[in-house]
Amino acid sequence: MTEIGLGHYLTLGAIIFSIGVIGIFLNRKNIIVILMSIELILLAVNINLVSFSIFLGDLAGQVFTLFILTVAAAEAAIGLAIIVVYFRNSGTIRVEEIDKLRG
Amino acid sequence: MIAHSIFFYTFSLIAIVSAIMVTASKNTVHSVFFLILDFISISCLFIMIGAEFLGMIMLIVYVGAVAVLFLFVVMMLNVAQQKNQWFSSKESSKHIPFGLIISTLIFVEILIVIGGWKYKPEIFDINNSANLNSVSNTHSLGKILYTDYIHVFQISGMILLVAMIGAIVLTFRQRAGVKKQSYIKQISRERVDGVEVLEVESNKGVKIDD
Repeated sequence: MTEIGLGHYLTLGAIIFSIGVIGIFLNRKNIIVILMSIELILLAVNINLVSFSIFLGDLAGQVFTLFILTVAAAEAAIGLAIIVVYFRNSGTIRVEEIDKLRG
Repeated sequence: MIAHSIFFYTFSLIAIVSAIMVTASKNTVHSVFFLILDFISISCLFIMIGAEFLGMIMLIVYVGAVAVLFLFVVMMLNVAQQKNQWFSSKESSKHIPFGLIISTLIFVEILIVIGGWKYKPEIFDINNSANLNSVSNTHSLGKILYTDYIHVFQISGMILLVAMIGAIVLTFRQRAGVKKQSYIKQISRERVDGVEVLEVESNKGVKIDD
């Protein structure tokens, strides 16, 4: 078993990022799962930043991970509020039925 | 080192499998639970490689706040009762190969970048180097967070404030027919409005008009 290096963590981040992108593309269910896929993508970015910060010995990566955490929390709150308002107005949050802006 | 690699492979396997289950599970509540499992295993990885503060903060913020918020919304909107078809309708099957191809392309590109990357330590001018043994991770993080990054830190606080106000304003609604306290009315009530002093004559009584 080889030694765990920076490349292992970056590969893990890449895999989780790709799973998040697949989740956005292939989603046919409600829009909450798309928000969760966005959270997965931000998590992959956090993995990359923290592993670079640890392996290069520079603490700035962890500081920026903290800020990404803040922005992710704010984004989840606003996105869920928008979803609640949309569900109250139109009664559905299925991805196929959200087509009001099509014109 | 053996234990390190065993723990790494265990936690990363759990993280990848639960990330797949987040996108693939039919029930939305189950995918929220798999999201929580994903966050927990990634924070275990963070704690393992030495970023203890961020691992704990991930546990508190993501598992304690964000995932619970997701659960609240999922249960409030009753989406579990809506039909969750997974690739069922006819016209939705057209975009599946495109999505898979694009995601695989992104993954391969990132892997090429990782494989071609070489670590040259003399390139980086390391200012905030973490002294691993003398001070703890939290101590050194706090030292540079409140000195070098204080403005960014305060801006992130403003972002949280704006998000809080925005979420409240978005979901606020006034319903008709709901009785509410009016503090201004209560406070501005005078003695004259409420109490009336009457001279009561004997054997006459008082006539009260409603």
